[in-house]
Amino acid sequence: MIKFEHVQKTFGDHQALSDINTTFNAHETTVIVGPSGSGKSTLLRSLNLLERPESGLYHFNDQTIDFAKPLTSKTVLNVRRKTGMVFQDYNLFPHLSVLKNVMEGPVQVLKQKPSAAKQTALDLLTKVGLADKANAFPGQLSGGQQQRVAIARSLAMNPEYVLLDEPTSALDPELEAGVLRVLLALAQEDNSMIIVTHNMEFARAVADKILFVEDGKILFDGTPAEFFKQPTQRIADFLAAMTFTTISDKANQ
Amino acid sequence: MDSIWHIIVTSAPQIAVAGLKYTIPIAIISFAIGLILAVLTALVKLSPRRGWFSILKAVAYFYVWLFRSTPLLVQLFIVYFGLPYLKIKGIWPNGIQLDPWTAGIATFSLNTGAYCAETIRAAILSIPQGQWEAAYSIGMTKTQVLRRIILPQAARVSLPPLSNSFISLVKDTSLAASITIIEMFEVSQQIAAENYQPLVMYSLVAAFYAVLCTVLSWLQGYLEKRTSRYLRPLN
Repeated sequence: MIKFEHVQKTFGDHQALSDINTTFNAHETTVIVGPSGSGKSTLLRSLNLLERPESGLYHFNDQTIDFAKPLTSKTVLNVRRKTGMVFQDYNLFPHLSVLKNVMEGPVQVLKQKPSAAKQTALDLLTKVGLADKANAFPGQLSGGQQQRVAIARSLAMNPEYVLLDEPTSALDPELEAGVLRVLLALAQEDNSMIIVTHNMEFARAVADKILFVEDGKILFDGTPAEFFKQPTQRIADFLAAMTFTTISDKANQ
Repeated sequence: MDSIWHIIVTSAPQIAVAGLKYTIPIAIISFAIGLILAVLTALVKLSPRRGWFSILKAVAYFYVWLFRSTPLLVQLFIVYFGLPYLKIKGIWPNGIQLDPWTAGIATFSLNTGAYCAETIRAAILSIPQGQWEAAYSIGMTKTQVLRRIILPQAARVSLPPLSNSFISLVKDTSLAASITIIEMFEVSQQIAAENYQPLVMYSLVAAFYAVLCTVLSWLQGYLEKRTSRYLRPLN
């Protein structure tokens, strides 16, 4: 279980996160939604310390990090090795083959034997449906394929939590479906995932818990069933803005 | 015409020997040392201003400024003719006396290192931030990120400008003639002084430099192809 307590983060004058308190359970999928610039990506990136909040507590299993104190590089590496990250624009290593991209972390960071890492990598590539692309370079793949490689790369580290920052926002709809299928399968295997997404249908299908973030604050923290009942006017407005169905309903009125 | 051919045929081997003994080794050794200096300088210039790194950074900035702001010929003269007069009691009572070979390689390395440092710094900065973040996210240390992810990509980006520097350096080694190194240009000067054929001799040595630099251009093309394999679409 990981938990944020009173976490604050500012960029200059802008309060990106203000008094964030929430828990991310293991073996559950938490979906973070909210308008652009709301702080949801900052929240996600704070979980693997790509961003450093100024204050607050971060509980990672038994370990507690106080953001007000300087972090040791050992702490940072430890958290990052236990959290995988998937980015909106994939960020695969272009100079390494697909297979080497997936093997890089296990071999360089976990010091696994290349032969063992290769087997794991091939299994993961099979899982995301790209075993036949093992020797291709990232630049030779479609966006959806690259994102599936990025998912395999993060899983290769055997992380306790996988963090996904708008994993399908850069993809065309037909490529998006392939990535979402992979993520749905991972969620059904009870992996621990935290996903930032704008796709409400996907959020509804995959989430065990939803966080609605706006202006750096968590305005909703609960189950998807409750969230999609539109408990507040703000959430109703947000969902209306995010879903085409609502727009076409209005057009029919 | 017969006499011109005779001059060329008899002096070309002497120039070639000077090239093999001095011009080429000086250029290669200086560029190798210069590249190491350049990578270190670029990394120091890019490091955060913290603790003793601020001192190193100041040194790196001063070094690049100094060697880019003064003529190479003047640098050679200071190192070879000037440093013997830098007498400090207890450390160098007799000044710093370098033989021409050492003085030449030291100056050429420092000079090309200053230019290449800026090339490499720019190449590192050209790699998208997302590459750092992705590498950090799989738990790599800063050193691992640089060595495994950033520098290999920066090397490809910096290949054309580094080739420029290397080609310039090959030609600039002719300045070593002024500190008594018998490299290609010095040899052709000596022969021209004997046979009174400066046009033939200097054109001939120019052709030697042109051939060397052409080979380097080919090498650059080959390396660019090799390091860009991953950018080509799958057929």
